[in-house]
Amino acid sequence: MNFFDWEFAWEILPRLLDASLKTIGITIAGFSIAIVLGLFLAVGRRSRHRWLSWPMTGLIEFIRSTPLLIQVYFLFFVLPNYGFNLTALQAGIIGIALHYACYTAEVYRAGLDAVPRAQWEAVTALNMKPLNAYRKVILPQALRPILPALGNYMISMLKDTPVLSAITVVEIMQRAKNIGSEHFRYLEPITMVGLFFLILSLGLAWFVRRLENRMELAR
Amino acid sequence: MTVQITFFGSLLAIVAALIGALGRLSPIKPLRWLAIVYVEVFRGSSLLVQLFWLYFVLPMPPFNIAMSAFNVAVIGLGLNIGAYGAEVLRGAIRSVHEGQYEACQALNMTAGQRLRRVILPQALLAAIPPGTNLLIELLKNTSLVSLITLSDLAFRARQLDQATLMTLEIFGLALVMYFVLAQIINFSMRTLERRLARGRMRGGMS
Repeated sequence: MNFFDWEFAWEILPRLLDASLKTIGITIAGFSIAIVLGLFLAVGRRSRHRWLSWPMTGLIEFIRSTPLLIQVYFLFFVLPNYGFNLTALQAGIIGIALHYACYTAEVYRAGLDAVPRAQWEAVTALNMKPLNAYRKVILPQALRPILPALGNYMISMLKDTPVLSAITVVEIMQRAKNIGSEHFRYLEPITMVGLFFLILSLGLAWFVRRLENRMELAR
Repeated sequence: MTVQITFFGSLLAIVAALIGALGRLSPIKPLRWLAIVYVEVFRGSSLLVQLFWLYFVLPMPPFNIAMSAFNVAVIGLGLNIGAYGAEVLRGAIRSVHEGQYEACQALNMTAGQRLRRVILPQALLAAIPPGTNLLIELLKNTSLVSLITLSDLAFRARQLDQATLMTLEIFGLALVMYFVLAQIINFSMRTLERRLARGRMRGGMS
């Protein structure tokens, strides 16, 4: 038997690429939800009202220190008992989005904290409403420096999508396992999946680094 | 089981991180390349993929290395977190002030002595807060080993769920248990940091 069967690898490539679209789709969908939700969590956490800031802090800390896998199990196995029937894909996207929303919330928090106090005072002096203040003054300044950090979380999210195979989402990892058990050859499919993630995350990391450089130049 | 894997995994991770970080900063080029490849491969590809690779691919013909699921878990998690740790440690070593290196030279220390007595004690201290995050990451990632049939907390929760159908209680409890474990790590690392930092921060380091 060959060490690495190139013909076999070529043969299964279309099936893996097909499943990789799902992986990429989950990442994009999940991340889009996460960056919006994370912003709300971060703003909520900073709120002056304790009834809002305390539950937000608790939620963020709790989700950040428990495993994604169990959270996804929770969505997929517990919620149906209460009438929320989610498909595996929906549960997966919601789970991963919620998990990463709590991480991005912390990134946003750092960005918001970095906005100089005087800006807040200026907003008060101009008698702006909080919503307007955030939208027109604070956020534009807070967002720019944290873009690279957000990008890094997108990379980790991409690498966490295989976890969803545990609730029967057929993304690239699950597809590779299926191929492996059909042909009783795991070397090629799983190695190729590893390479897929490696190439994609190195590419994204390169992109994030460029972004970082541009941010520094703009300053 | 979860605690065991976290413990042995973190031991391996610390060793791997140390070797990786020293490798990346080594003046010998091949060693540096090797370390870069290690760090990038383990950071760049997904942990679950690595676990599956170790568990499904290694026992097959070209390698014939069959490991128990427990060993796979410890090695996979240890090497994965070790790669992240290597980067943290590299940053920490870099952050040691240049004057310290010059002082070592003035005292005529060998490179080994310098590393052991001056640089590492300071770098390790600086690496504790990000290291804590990595440890918690490791703890959370242990849940993934249930997918290679190891009966850790996550796996037991699934089993109990199938046996009793008390889904909410079981998964809720599992979440709380992970949370408590994470807080324990957090608390003990903070205590450790205070201990080690005693009398040191006053000197004005970093």
